[in-house]
Amino acid sequence: MFSWFKYKNYPLFWKEYSKKFKQKQPKSFENTRFVIFDTETTGLDISNDRILSIGAIGIFENVIEVIDNFEIYLKQDQFKAETVEIHGILKEGKLTKMSEAEAMENFIAYIGNAVLVAHHTAFDIEMINAALKRLDLPKLKNKTIDTGILYKKLEGKKDAHFNLDLLSDEFSIPKHDRHTAAGDAFITALLFLKIISKLKKERNLHYSDLFRVSGKEGLM
Amino acid sequence: MINIVIYFMKNTIAERIYDFLKNFPPFDVLEKEQLFKIASNVKVTYVEKDHFVFKQEENPHEHFYVVKDGAIGLYRNMDNEQILVDICDEGDIFGLRPLIQNDLYLMSAKANEESVLYAVSVEILKEIIQTNEKVKKFLIASFSSNIKTPYAKGTNGQIFANIEILQTSNSSFTEIQSAEFSKNPVITLKTATIKEAAQIMSEKRVGSILIVENRNPIGIITDKDLRSKIATGLVSIDENVTAIMSSPVKTFKQKITVAEAQIAMIKNKITHLCITKDGTDKTELIGVLSEHDIVVLHGNNPSLLIKKVYRAKDVNSLKYIRDKTSNLLEGYIEQNIPITFISKIISEINEAITIKAIELSLEEMDKRPPVKFGWLALGSQGRKEQLLMTDQDNALVFEDVPQEKYQSTKQYFLQLSKKVTEKMNVIGFEYCPADMMASNPKWCLSLSEWKNQFDAWIKTPTEDAMMMCTIFFDYDLVFGDKMLVNAMSDSIYESINSFEIFLNFLGRNALRNPPPIGFFRQFLVENDGEHKDQFDIKSRALMPLVDAARLLTLSHSIKDKNNTVSRFKKLIKVEPKNQDLYLSCIDSFNILLQFRTSQGLTNNDSGRYVDLNNLSKSEKLKLKGCFKPIRDVQELLNIRYNLAQMM
Repeated sequence: MFSWFKYKNYPLFWKEYSKKFKQKQPKSFENTRFVIFDTETTGLDISNDRILSIGAIGIFENVIEVIDNFEIYLKQDQFKAETVEIHGILKEGKLTKMSEAEAMENFIAYIGNAVLVAHHTAFDIEMINAALKRLDLPKLKNKTIDTGILYKKLEGKKDAHFNLDLLSDEFSIPKHDRHTAAGDAFITALLFLKIISKLKKERNLHYSDLFRVSGKEGLM
Repeated sequence: MINIVIYFMKNTIAERIYDFLKNFPPFDVLEKEQLFKIASNVKVTYVEKDHFVFKQEENPHEHFYVVKDGAIGLYRNMDNEQILVDICDEGDIFGLRPLIQNDLYLMSAKANEESVLYAVSVEILKEIIQTNEKVKKFLIASFSSNIKTPYAKGTNGQIFANIEILQTSNSSFTEIQSAEFSKNPVITLKTATIKEAAQIMSEKRVGSILIVENRNPIGIITDKDLRSKIATGLVSIDENVTAIMSSPVKTFKQKITVAEAQIAMIKNKITHLCITKDGTDKTELIGVLSEHDIVVLHGNNPSLLIKKVYRAKDVNSLKYIRDKTSNLLEGYIEQNIPITFISKIISEINEAITIKAIELSLEEMDKRPPVKFGWLALGSQGRKEQLLMTDQDNALVFEDVPQEKYQSTKQYFLQLSKKVTEKMNVIGFEYCPADMMASNPKWCLSLSEWKNQFDAWIKTPTEDAMMMCTIFFDYDLVFGDKMLVNAMSDSIYESINSFEIFLNFLGRNALRNPPPIGFFRQFLVENDGEHKDQFDIKSRALMPLVDAARLLTLSHSIKDKNNTVSRFKKLIKVEPKNQDLYLSCIDSFNILLQFRTSQGLTNNDSGRYVDLNNLSKSEKLKLKGCFKPIRDVQELLNIRYNLAQMM
């Protein structure tokens, strides 16, 4: 009930971000900017693990715009040696790293009101939301799409879990830079284009269908 | 803002694209920063199988494409068919030329399998062209030959220049596409006033004037300068020309190619290039090359020419258009555009010119035609296989009239035909030495007379009659009444059906030219006469295919197919078992026709006789490759018509 008061105290970048959702949102594939993103984290525990890097790339008018890319690495106190072999990010590496606060500010400014797409979105979104919460910020407002669920729609499959490696193979997408946030975002972007294209061909896919979640996979 | 931050930090995706592009020309010769800039601006697109990236005649996109995964087929539309011209796979570039030359897409690009493409901004590439000489060279080379011929497969393809060859020897390219510049540039001295310069320009009706000093070019004034600096009152008209001239001028050597000139204009944002004796501005000015000259050279686009034909008011403009058509033809042959496409275009222009010549002649007649008539093109014109300017072969058919009106009617049409053939002669289609023209009373006949004539040829198949059949059977209505011609065709089939042995005679005639290759795989050359030791590509290679196609279509009573390639195509449908043979006949015919045409253009003749000593080994091999189908189809005729017994 004090939300109007809280709102006033948000930092400028968040106000700018919120403002973008006050306007009319695009209603078709062609007018929508999709941001395909991925996070690399210290682990899978949303409350205790931390984001080490975020990679993202934009799609507009069915084209992956390389210029519209985003790639950052975060300074985190938490560090788990055992996940280094997956994401390859060392605690003190050569990469330029920024604080979680800076990272969120940059990421929020970058995504704007784009539709967020990820492979198994729920996890990445929750990681971002957890980071926002630590900064006393509300949750992300963006619409989201999960390529894993899109794939199940395409194939009419119900419960199985399809990881990115499996789908890259099925859609013959080269697995370069797998397990870097940017690399995975790029792979997911190609996957997204291919699935959408197949969905459009096989059925009369409406824009709103993208956000319709079937049954228990209701992750959004 | 963010992009700038990222740019200096890490950009994994751009790096990956960089790593891919760096393996392929022209990206392999770029500076690291240049390529990284390209990579970080790439747009990645996914194209599903059978979807188009762009279509022929579309306006160019802002990007050209590099195939990342998959395969893109380049197609040309001809006769509602798509002919596959080239396939681009991993690392190949396509869709670049129209962007640089501000032209429409010449071909359609369609995904032969699902593909991922990198779209590269042409603006960035243009920036790079300005500083990177190697890239410029690559582009010039690829422009000249970005259309590979589909007929080069199977043999070693050396006749058809490809990029690799041009990269090693740019000289051949420079020769073949030297830009034509104006040899007598309009000039004035630097002491002249702007007013004087403008007067000279309007007197000579030119859009630019060169300022010279000791005959060396020091500056240029164009219409644009007059508009922006004089008409606006910025500079007084009485001032010296040096006040408004652009200086120094860009100078080039005489041998500048079209592509080089275009790139130089793009690079310097100018519309005129000066041609000087040694290519520097320290020597005598010998010409000016304007953007307009290039448009004229390349702007011989067929639809424009046909429009000009429609607007032509006299024979001289038709002649001018026909000359332009020859330039167009030359350009097509150099660029290895598929010959089926070239034939179609050239035939269409020739046909439009003939129609216009007939219309102009009709206007000159005192009265309108007394009855319906049809103007027929014969022989290679009738088959629409005539590319070079050769002599005219034509005939006229008119509606049957009562006996008492016959003389006056025939006189009318003879008079008309005389006017038409005269005009055609002026335009450049010389009179037929054998007088096979509508102006000859023998070939300006009423419908019944034609029916009788064909019947006589068919039923008394002498050697002469057979020859007449080969010429007159390949007729094509150019102007006039379609029903008359249909009636003629019907009567021919009736006569043939009532006298079937005629086809055997025609078959014997088709084999009158022995196979082009002798026992020791040597070319058979002429034994004596003017063309001793030369190879007669027309009668030994093209005609056997033309004759075979005609005979076989007649035997199936196939109507409305008067063109060798379409005859073979139809035959494939009728005789699917011979598909491979007929397909190879089509390929051979196309290669031979292209070969003859380029020979003719080189030697400025009909291209009929080929001097074998002037051929490279690969050209000889390529020719020989065409002979097997000829031998095979002759063999087929031999068996089918029992010709061995008749010989």
